[in-house]
This record gives sequence, structure tokens and C-alpha cells, in this order.
Amino acid sequence: MQSQHTMRAYDQELKFLATRIGAMGGHAERMVDEAVAALVHSDDGLAAKVIRDDEMLDASQREVDDKAIVIIAKRQPMAADLREIIGAIRISADLERVGDLGKNIAKRVGAISRERQPVSLFRGLQSLAELALTQLKEVLDAYASRSVEKIAFVRDRDDRIDAMYTSLFRELLTYMMEDPRNISACTHLLFCAKNIERIGDHATNIAETVYYIVTGEQMPPERSKEDKSHKVTLDAYEPAER
Amino acid sequence: MSEEGDKADGPMARILGRLVESRWTLVASAAAVFVLAAIPEPGWLVAALAFAGVAVVAIAAPRRLMVGRSREATRDRKGPLDGIRYQDLAAAVPDPMILFDAHGVIVHVNPAAVVAFGPLAPGVALHLRFRAPEMHGLIEEVLADATTVRAIDYVERVPIERVFRVTAAAVGREGGLFALVFKDQSEARRIDRMRADFIANASHELRTPLASIAGFVETLRGPARNDTGAREHFLKIMQDQTGRMARLIDDLLSLSRLEMKPYVRTGTPLDVRGIVDSVVDSLGPLAAESGVTVERRMPDSPPFVSGDRDELFQVFENLLENAIKYGQSGGRVEIEIVAPPADGKDGVQVRFRDFGPGIAEEHIPRITERFYRVDVESSRSRKGTGLGLAIVKHILTRHGGWLDVHSRVGSGSTFIAHFPPPTGR
Repeated sequence: MQSQHTMRAYDQELKFLATRIGAMGGHAERMVDEAVAALVHSDDGLAAKVIRDDEMLDASQREVDDKAIVIIAKRQPMAADLREIIGAIRISADLERVGDLGKNIAKRVGAISRERQPVSLFRGLQSLAELALTQLKEVLDAYASRSVEKIAFVRDRDDRIDAMYTSLFRELLTYMMEDPRNISACTHLLFCAKNIERIGDHATNIAETVYYIVTGEQMPPERSKEDKSHKVTLDAYEPAER
Repeated sequence: MSEEGDKADGPMARILGRLVESRWTLVASAAAVFVLAAIPEPGWLVAALAFAGVAVVAIAAPRRLMVGRSREATRDRKGPLDGIRYQDLAAAVPDPMILFDAHGVIVHVNPAAVVAFGPLAPGVALHLRFRAPEMHGLIEEVLADATTVRAIDYVERVPIERVFRVTAAAVGREGGLFALVFKDQSEARRIDRMRADFIANASHELRTPLASIAGFVETLRGPARNDTGAREHFLKIMQDQTGRMARLIDDLLSLSRLEMKPYVRTGTPLDVRGIVDSVVDSLGPLAAESGVTVERRMPDSPPFVSGDRDELFQVFENLLENAIKYGQSGGRVEIEIVAPPADGKDGVQVRFRDFGPGIAEEHIPRITERFYRVDVESSRSRKGTGLGLAIVKHILTRHGGWLDVHSRVGSGSTFIAHFPPPTGR
């Protein structure tokens, strides 16, 4: 049993980093989840909570950075340990960004829920968020178990997120064209969708970092960006798609 | 030799306990000292005798109090718990249970936990796998003070929402080993959710056909009162609408029932070929009516998928029904089962290919959403409820699988049900 021998101070420092990452991951996942819930249920209180929670992520990221630099300076780590520390710095930066994106979604809740929006408007966003959260959970689980078996799936799913985002983009454009009064809410929702799509990208980044930590090699490059929303245009009187 | 209880009671109690334990020896030594002091000129012989007396008392005296004796007796007797392996004990607990050490590192997980959370190797840090802030708080608290026993609610949102009541407690008084026990509360939560969802969806989706029926009733009572031709026509439409409402309620109920079922990934291994065959048989009339031929391509070795037979039947039924309905213009549907080698990392795939009009790219990622329809009119005319693929997706997720859709406008669509490889144990 690993626990039987006393942990050296060095091990403890490494463990501190990992624990902090775990806590940050939990917070980031929670924030994204709550931000989308606040959006769907027009819950201003929950949105305010999400905005407050972001401070913890910012503080933790700075803490992880400081600790990591102290460890590198003091212990001069090699090989796996060094990868572990550099990986922690990178993952914490990604998680901090995820938190920012979640916060940005929460900030838009007020503007979107000023008028009652139909549920169908949020359905696409919800399933997009579900994909991104699954992605985030899977990479963080992979970080916990140090297994790279499922990492390949993460990329597949990222393609799905991109495709879903493109489709949502189209849908929201359609709503805007149907009725100009939808424009303000739909524009905010468009940004929310973009934020969630970015969260998926950060999850992919974390996946690559985990792969690097575990194997010591960079993940083979095979990324082809599937996000085609930059090409989406709608003809003026295309019939509504739904 | 000291009892386990002594440790926890503090130094004073321990000293007292020791004194009480050796009371006979103490009395004898005191007597010996007094005897030696009383004799004016003690020789070596007297001293030796006094020591012998003390030694005899020390040997003969009952060493323990009654309590201690009985405690020792229970320990010495061969009990039914002797030689039991902790793994077996943990495996007998039906709820997920995780044992971890003072550093928060997993030491052992029972099979129920593997089913619930996937493989968790010993050595994995608990903080990393269970990242929710409440879980961190719980773990920290029990590690800081082993006497606390506390419970929290822990929610895993994806891939399927599950709610657990988690209890953390120290194992034994030695310290260094702790247990997390997860009580699955998802069902209660799901029933609540189901009620809310069902009402929201049903009221929203039933309103349209209801409004149309109401409109026709009004027309039949008013302007079209004596128009027999129109009456027949309207009654036909109303019948279609009531049929649609009935199907909608069926599908909503079936989805809600699925969502209520507990999340169980294990199941009996099933030969997919048999299920596909019976699905094809049951949809034979529909295929014949639509003028679609169904072709099957089966592997030679039996493709095993572990799961629930009825649920898998529903998956294949919905997929085949869609392929027949929406790919009608293609005239045929291909079902192919791909079985990888048994020890491989890939699982079984079941593909449904139609040669119909296909699905435009922007709809593909979203067709599994509830009530998402590529084309509302054509879906309604084909008796779709907008829930078929949502049900398929849900069942596949429950089985650890997923649905893959490939389609090109003009050349048909392929729906692939992926199943996970059987977990190697």
C-alpha cells in the first residue's frame, strides 16, 4: 500500500498541486453547469453566485503558478515530475479560462431573461453545454486516473461540439431574421454558445496536456477545425427551419 | 499487549489502567518491602525469599479485570469474522464504497463503485476524481478529524444525472483508513424532475393537436354543420390528431420511464443478432407497406452486448422505423452488425443505412434533441413525435454507448449504434 511509507515533502508539494487542480476542475465544472442552469431558468441569484465563484479559480490559478515555480526552483525536477508540474501550470490556466467563460455566460443572464424566452431557444444550448461538460469531466477523470485510453474520444467529441455550435449559430440567425425583437437575446445567446464551444476547446487542450504528462510525448496532430460557423449565411427569406 | 481502547483514552487513563492491571504485584512488592524493613538485619536469604514471594504473586495473580478478561476471551476464540478478506467484505456492500488513506489516495474500491464510477485504480487521488467542492469539503473534514461522520449530497450531471448521498467515516480507531459510501438517490430526484419535465413537454406539445381538434369541432358545429363531405374530411383529420396525441403521450411516458430507471451498466450479455431479427420481423408490415426491402448483414461470430433486451429492442426498432419512414424513396434499408474481435478495444456496432433524401449537415448534431425536427411537416405526416431519437440516445448512453450519424443530402443516411467493448474483468 502506497500510504504506508511516509510521504516526502517533495511528494507532498506535488500532491498539493494535483489537489488544487482537482478543486479548480470541480469549481469550473460547477460554474459552467450553474451558469447554463441560471440562463435556462432565468435565475439571477444563481448567476450572481457563479460570478462570485470565479474569484476562487483566479486565486487558485495564481497559487498553482507560484507553487509550481517554487518547486521548480527548489527541487529542480526531472522527467515525469517536471512534466507533472508544467502540466499543472497549463491545466490550471485552461481551467481558469473555463471559469471566465462560465462567468461571462452568467453575466448575460440578466440581459437575456429581461423578456420571457421560449424554452425551445435554450434546448440547443443545453445540449451543447452537456457535450462540453461531458468533455471536461472526461479529461479531468483522465487526469485523475492518468489513463490516456479515452483521450482520443475527446477529440471526436470536440468535432461534435463544433458541429453543434455551427447548427445553433444557424438557428439563432433564423430567429433573428424572423423577428427583429429577438436580436438582442439571440446575440447574447450566440455569445453564450461561443463561450461553451470555447470551453470544449479548453477541454481538448487539457486532454493534450494530460496525454503529455502521462506519455511524455505530444499528442499526434490531427486536428482539423470543424467549426464552419464563419461560413454560415442565411438567405433573406429562407423558410424557418423548425 | 495494550488494548486498542487504551490508545484513545489519553495518558492518565492509561497509567491508571496499568496500575490496576498490576495491582497484585504491587501489593506483593509492598508487603516484601515492609517485611524487609521490619527485620532488623535482613540477610540475602530473606531478600531472595521476599523476591520469590513477589514473583509467585506476579505469576499467580489474575492479570486482568473481568472486562479485560472477557474481551481477551472473545479475541482468542475463533470467530466467524476471522480470516475474512476485506475485499470480500467490501464486495458484499451493495452500494459503491471507496476506501482511502490519510493522504486521500484510493486504497480499495468495491465492485459496485466500479460499476458506478468506472475503473478507479488504487493510487488515484480521491480529490481528482471527485472534484465537486462539497466532496472536497467532506474529504478534508474527515481527514482532519477522524471522529466526524458526515453526509453530503453529491451530483454527477454527465453523462447521466445521478445523485448520491455520500457518507465519509474513519475505518476503525487506528486512523489512516477511511471509507466513502455512496447511496444512490437518483430515483427520487428523477421522479421530481420527470414530473416537471413531463408537464412542461406534454402541455407544450399537446397544445398544437388539441388546438386543431378544437378548431375542427367548432367548424363542425358551426359553418360545416350540414356539409357531409367536409364532416368526413374533418373527422379524419381529428382522428389523425388524436392518434398523434396518443403516440406523443406513449413516447413521453417511455422516455420518462427510462430516465427514472437506475443507472446500471452491467447486464446479461445478449446476442444482438437475435434482437435485430425480431425487430425486423415486427416492422415487416411497415416495410412492406412502404415498399422498402430490409437487408441484413450479420457477422459469423455472435456479437455480444451487455444490456437490457427490451431497451435494445427499442433502440433498433426506432432506428429501423426511421430508416424505413424517412428513407422510403430509396426503396431499401441495410442493417449491418459489425463485431470486432472479442479481445479488442472496439465494441459492437449496429448500422442502419437508408438511401433516402439524407439529412442536411446543420441538422445532424441536433436531431437527438427532444422535439427537434428537421422538417416539421414531413415528420408529422410520418407520425413522428420528435422523441424517437432522444429515446435512442438516452438508452445508448445508459449502456455506455453512443449514436453516430453520417448523412449526405441526396445519398441517404447511416445511423450507427456504438456499444462499449465488454469490460474485461
